[in-house]
Amino acid sequence: MERIPILKMGPFLLVTIQVDLYDRLALNLENDLINMVSKTGARGVLIDISAVNIVDSFMGRILGNIASMSRIMDAETVVVGMQPAVAITLVELGLTLQGVHTALNVEKGMELLYDKTDILTEQAEEDNDGETDDHDD
Amino acid sequence: MITMTKDTMQIVREQDVVPFRNRVRELSTKIGMSLVNQTKLITAASELVRNMLKYANGGKIILEIISKNGQTGVRLTFVDEGPGIENIPQAMQDGFSTGRSLGLGLPGAKRLVNEFDIKSKVGSGTTVTVTHWKNGR
Repeated sequence: MERIPILKMGPFLLVTIQVDLYDRLALNLENDLINMVSKTGARGVLIDISAVNIVDSFMGRILGNIASMSRIMDAETVVVGMQPAVAITLVELGLTLQGVHTALNVEKGMELLYDKTDILTEQAEEDNDGETDDHDD
Repeated sequence: MITMTKDTMQIVREQDVVPFRNRVRELSTKIGMSLVNQTKLITAASELVRNMLKYANGGKIILEIISKNGQTGVRLTFVDEGPGIENIPQAMQDGFSTGRSLGLGLPGAKRLVNEFDIKSKVGSGTTVTVTHWKNGR
């Protein structure tokens, strides 16, 4: 069966959709992603749709589902790279993707994920704790 | 009104949706439709073909390039022999669905195209015709 690959990159999962989506494929992705979030303890999911020409109400709903499910599993979702024509069409269709974070490209999406998940601050705090201990001695 | 090209596609399973969408893209590119208008038409087509698969187990689609009053456009006719729609005004409302979806398919598709017509007879089937003109008006 055809599947969309999911890559693990540090604390995040990365998905680049390079094929034309049909419903079964989108449903498999939803399922696989949630399982991966659970298995890896990922803190964020980045979905790149820059190669996707069509997002209709079903695929829009899947994107929303992935975001809601991930949030329950303590992971944030960012959808990046939406083509302008797709954005125009989605809004006219009546789908505003509420609750889904979006960013213009992968780079900005990664920044947003770091921002939303506080991973950098957590790491910095851990580092600082170590330093303070040293100075106290 | 003159029909310039005409062909028919049978839709019996979900995977047939991808070649169908590609065929619609070919036709709209051929008449020089802008990317935004192509995306709107293909998204509307994607909604309608899903309905056909979901409620009627498929059907046939007639794809035409037509010309009227000096305008060129793509016309798609979705013909199924499913259960038919009992209450069309209700089915055309945003958020109404008998199938646990978002209920955006029919009303959303109507918003995306220039001309939309639906005829249905309970027990014998549904025919939806959509036309999108080259300039999107």
